[in-house]
Amino acid sequence: MSARETTLATIRKNRPAGDHPLPEIPLFAPLVGDDLVAEFGERLKRMGGRVADVVPGEDPFASVRERLETAKVIASTVPEITGNRDLARVALPRDLADVDVAVVRAVFGVAETGSVLFTQEQLQVNSVAYLAQHLVVLLDPADILDTIQTAYRRPDFAQASYAVLHTGPSATADIEGVLIHGAQGVRSLTVILLPRNSAEQ
Amino acid sequence: MSAQDDLRVQDGASDRDGLIHPEIAKPADESARSQDGRRLDHAEATTKPLSAEPQAARAREPQPRGAKIRGDRPIDQAEAAERFLAAPLHQKAHDERLWDLRKKRDTAAFGIPEWEELRELASQIKAHTLSRLDEYLEQFEAQAKANGVHVHWAADGAAHNRIVHGILKDHGARSLIKSKSMLTEECGFRHYMATTGIEVIETDLGERIQQLDNEEPSHVVVPAVHKTRFDVAAVFAKTMGTDPENDDARYLAESQRMHTRPLILEADAGLTGCNFAIAETGTVVTCTNEGNADLSGNVPKLLIHSIGIEKLIPRIEHLGVFLRLLARSALGSPITQYTSHFRKPRPGTEMHMVLVDNGRSERLGMEEFWTSLKCIRCGACMNTCPVYRRSGGLSYGATYSGPIGLIIDPTFNKRKYSTLPFSSTMNGSCTNVCPVKINIHEQIFAWRKVLAEEHQIPLLKQGMMKAAGQVLSRPAAYRAAIGAADSALRALPRFAVYNPLNTWGKGREMPDVPRQSFHAWYKQNRMGKKNDMGKKDALR
Ligand code: SF4
Repeated sequence: MSARETTLATIRKNRPAGDHPLPEIPLFAPLVGDDLVAEFGERLKRMGGRVADVVPGEDPFASVRERLETAKVIASTVPEITGNRDLARVALPRDLADVDVAVVRAVFGVAETGSVLFTQEQLQVNSVAYLAQHLVVLLDPADILDTIQTAYRRPDFAQASYAVLHTGPSATADIEGVLIHGAQGVRSLTVILLPRNSAEQ
Repeated sequence: MSAQDDLRVQDGASDRDGLIHPEIAKPADESARSQDGRRLDHAEATTKPLSAEPQAARAREPQPRGAKIRGDRPIDQAEAAERFLAAPLHQKAHDERLWDLRKKRDTAAFGIPEWEELRELASQIKAHTLSRLDEYLEQFEAQAKANGVHVHWAADGAAHNRIVHGILKDHGARSLIKSKSMLTEECGFRHYMATTGIEVIETDLGERIQQLDNEEPSHVVVPAVHKTRFDVAAVFAKTMGTDPENDDARYLAESQRMHTRPLILEADAGLTGCNFAIAETGTVVTCTNEGNADLSGNVPKLLIHSIGIEKLIPRIEHLGVFLRLLARSALGSPITQYTSHFRKPRPGTEMHMVLVDNGRSERLGMEEFWTSLKCIRCGACMNTCPVYRRSGGLSYGATYSGPIGLIIDPTFNKRKYSTLPFSSTMNGSCTNVCPVKINIHEQIFAWRKVLAEEHQIPLLKQGMMKAAGQVLSRPAAYRAAIGAADSALRALPRFAVYNPLNTWGKGREMPDVPRQSFHAWYKQNRMGKKNDMGKKDALR
C-alpha cells in the first residue's frame, strides 16, 4: 500500500467515537468603534507600522517624500508614483534585491488588526514586498473592513494564487525580547490613506 | 466577568514593577518605538526592557545545555533542569520573558468578550476535522492538484526527508532556504540533510541562531528564548565573524540580516511549514513576524510546503476563528506581522506539498489522547508552565517541550519520553490557556497511569504514584480535593511536588498556582450554563 493509502486507512480505522458536528460560526460584533480609519491607524501603529493622513490639496506623499527622493531604486505598481524599476520586466524575483522603496496598493485594510491585504495581482512580483528596504502602501479609506472575520468572508483568499496580510514591517525580538524592525523583510511599512480614484483627479 | 481573571496566576509581581526578577530589568531600552513615540511590544517583544546584564553578570555565565540524550534511555529532565536552575542569569531571563508573554496573552484575551466562545468554536472545528480527516485530506489533495501543486504523502519523518531530498535532487538544487517548522524538526530534517551535501539555511532569526549553535529549538514560537544576548554574540562571533564584544541586539540582528540575505537570494529552493491547511481551497497558511516564510516562498523557483496532516481545517472562513486566537495566545498581539496564503505556484515555478503522518493517524485512535492533535502550536501552555519556565525547553530532550510535549512526546517513543509526564505540577494552567481547549493536564495524568501500568517509569516515581494514588488515581476525587484546598499543589501530597527528582520545585517555596482551580471555575461558571460545552470537554 502506498503511504497515502496507509494513512487514509489508518485514519478510517481510528476515527474518534462520537458526533463532532462542524459548528456554525456566528458573526461577532466588531470590537472597533465606528471610525474605522482611526481604529485602523491606531492598531497599525501598535504593530510598528506608520500611517499618513492625506490633507486635501496637499501632497499625499509628503510623509514619504524624502524617502522617495533619496531612493535610488523605486518599484511602483501604482499610477500615483512613477518608479524606475519596471516589475513587468523583472526576470527573477531576486533581481529586486536592490529596491529601496516599493509602492503598492492594498486590496483592503482591517481595522481590528491594522492589517493590509495584497495578492499576487497587486504585487506583480511577490518578492518586492519583502526584498525592498521600505514599503509604502496606498489604502483607500473606503476599503477598510472592521474585523478579521469579515476579511475572511471576502472572496480574495480563495481566488488569489498568493494572498498576504501585512501588519506593520518585518519584526523580530528573538534576542532577549528586544524588538527590531527589518528582521529579514522590509524595515518600515507606511500606509497612505488615499482614495483609489486620486490619480485621475 | 471574564472567568480568566479568576484564573490569573498570582505572581506577586505588581509591587515589583511587574517583574518577577526585577534585578534583570534593563534601564536603557533598545526596542523599536511607534510613530507617536510609544514603546512597542508586538511580535515577541518584551513589555519591559529586559536584560541579563547586571554588571556582575558580565563575568559570563555559560549557557546551560539541554538534556543528555542516550539513545532510547529515558530522558532525565530533572537533571537538565537542575543545571538550568544553577545558571541564575539564564533561568531568570527565561522565566521573566515567558511570563511576560503569558501576561500579554491574558491582556489580549481579556480584550475579547467572546474569547471563551472562540476557544470552544476552535476546539469544535478541530474535533470535527479530525473526525473526518480522511475526507478533508482527500479534498485538500484534490484542490491542491487542481491548483497545479504536486502533492506527496509521507508515512513518517524519514519518508518526508527522502521525498524533500528527492524533489531537491530532481531540480539540481544546492541550497534550500526555510522558515521555521516544528514538523521538520520532528522529522530530523536538518540532520538528515547534513548528509546530502545540500545546504539548508534557516531564515527565522531564532531558528538560525539555533542552527548556527547546532542546537534544537527550545520553544515552538521563540526558538532561542533560553539564550542571552551574550550567548548569541558568542555564536555569531564564531560562525559569522561578528565582534565578540558587541552584544547589542540591533547589531546582532542586523549582522544576521546582512549575512543571510545573499543566501536567500542565491537559494535554489524554499521550504515552509504550515500553520493551517485549508481543505476547500488547497491553501497553505503561514504566520510569521519576520516575513521569512514569504521570502522562502517567493524568491526561489522551487517551493516546498511541509504539512502535518492534523493542520487541516475545512474552510477559509474558519481562519476568522483561528487567527483571532493564535497570535493573541502566542504573543499577546492581535495578529502576526505576516499571515500568508499560498495556493498556486507562481508562473514558471513549481510548488510541492508534503503531507506528513508520522504517527498522527495512530494517535487519532488513542481514546484519551487524540485531542492533542488539535494543537495549533501557539506555545501558551509552555509560557504559563512553572516547570517549563524554570527548566528551559531543551531540558525535555524532545522536539516538543512543555505541557504539549509531555502529552505528545510519549507517542513518538514511550520509553525515551516515559519520565516527561512527571515534569508537571498539575496546576492545570496549561489547560486554561490552551486556545483549542485541549485538556492537557488531564492527559498528563492519563499518561502517568499508562506509563506506570506498562512499567515504563522508574521505580522511585512508581512509588510516588502509589503514595499519591488515593487522590491522584481517581480524577473525581482529585478534582474534589483540588476544589477543597486553595490549589492543586496544596491538595497533593507534599512529596509528590517536592520530590528530590522534582528539581523545578526548588528555588521557590511554591510554584505558581491558580487562585481558583480550573475545575472549580468550570463547575461554577460553565456547568449548568452551557451543558453542551460541559459534555465533550468534561473531564473524564
Ligand atoms: S497545547 Fe494548546 S496551548 Fe499548548 S501549544 Fe498547543 S494549542 Fe497552544
